[in-house]
Amino acid sequence: MTAARRQGLRCEEVADELMAVAAGDPIIDLRAQAHVRGCPRCQDELIQYRTLLRSLRRLRTDVLEPAPGLLAEVLAAIGAAGERHAVDSLVTGRRLAYAGGIAAAGAGVAVGVALLAGRSRRHRRGAPVRSAKLAAILPSNRA
Amino acid sequence: MEPGAGDGVTLRSVADDRLSVLLRSARDGDDAAFAELVAATHAETWTLAMRLLGNAEDAADVVQETYIRAYRSLAGFRGDARFTTWLHRITANCAASHRGWRVRHRYDELRPDTTLVDARRDHDPQACLDDDALRAELLAALDRLPTRLRAVVVLRDVYDLPHEAIATELGISVPAAKVRLHRGRRRLRESLAGLGATAHEVSAALDAGLDATERGVA
Repeated sequence: MTAARRQGLRCEEVADELMAVAAGDPIIDLRAQAHVRGCPRCQDELIQYRTLLRSLRRLRTDVLEPAPGLLAEVLAAIGAAGERHAVDSLVTGRRLAYAGGIAAAGAGVAVGVALLAGRSRRHRRGAPVRSAKLAAILPSNRA
Repeated sequence: MEPGAGDGVTLRSVADDRLSVLLRSARDGDDAAFAELVAATHAETWTLAMRLLGNAEDAADVVQETYIRAYRSLAGFRGDARFTTWLHRITANCAASHRGWRVRHRYDELRPDTTLVDARRDHDPQACLDDDALRAELLAALDRLPTRLRAVVVLRDVYDLPHEAIATELGISVPAAKVRLHRGRRRLRESLAGLGATAHEVSAALDAGLDATERGVA
């Protein structure tokens, strides 16, 4: 009976731990540690994962040659997107200004209507509207 | 520190500084600065798009869409990540929403003889030979992976994006991203014959991995 078998774990049970430890994590399970120390198969698998991850990391420094004309196409697309964005902003800005103008004009009309309505009411009553204070100070027209 | 590694770090720092300056100008509305950013990063973005989608036509669409989105959301980039990492996330998101994501029509672009503009390799000739052989195997194995597995492996193990970022950009849950990563790595390991280890490597890995374990549980 091998040392690994004596620890009571099968290789399949530590397989996930091997991938994790190859990526830099510690093996927390003491039984898994003991198994790996005594199991050549798992040791080999651990090395394979380490080599795989190291090789994958090295791909990071590869830079493939872009398709011909790609940079020009990208810059043209950004230019077009930028133009659209500028036009959109302009249109949005004009819409806002237009809406603001309409709102201001509407408010002006409302104020004007209110003033005219007040004046027509005063004319109908035949007397100027005064506050109580003014009424007390000013001499009455009827006197 | 090895001279090569030091030079690499210095060059990367200089490049990052240059990108930061351009980024600030671009965010202030300088379109020429944004064009320079595109020129400086488009080959890398293209490489990621090719790794994710595997054919030039789809990759070109994704690169274009990536920079248009970046241009439109530049004001929202807070600068708490590297600009290139931000671009990688946008690229992943664009790739996942591209019509080519579900369509499998891969050509020869991922083959080992693909032209490399820049490949910083070890200087040991034997190591380079071994690396080249393994790299060729690895690219072929990546090519055979289903898109959804390959994308997670590429984004996590090649481009070092966090699980959460990968899940967000691909529109999946974090547990789903981890499961895909697990499956993808396992399939790659099983399909690579060149991963055999020497006794020395076994011993070194065990020392490193299990020492970390013992520190972790101490």
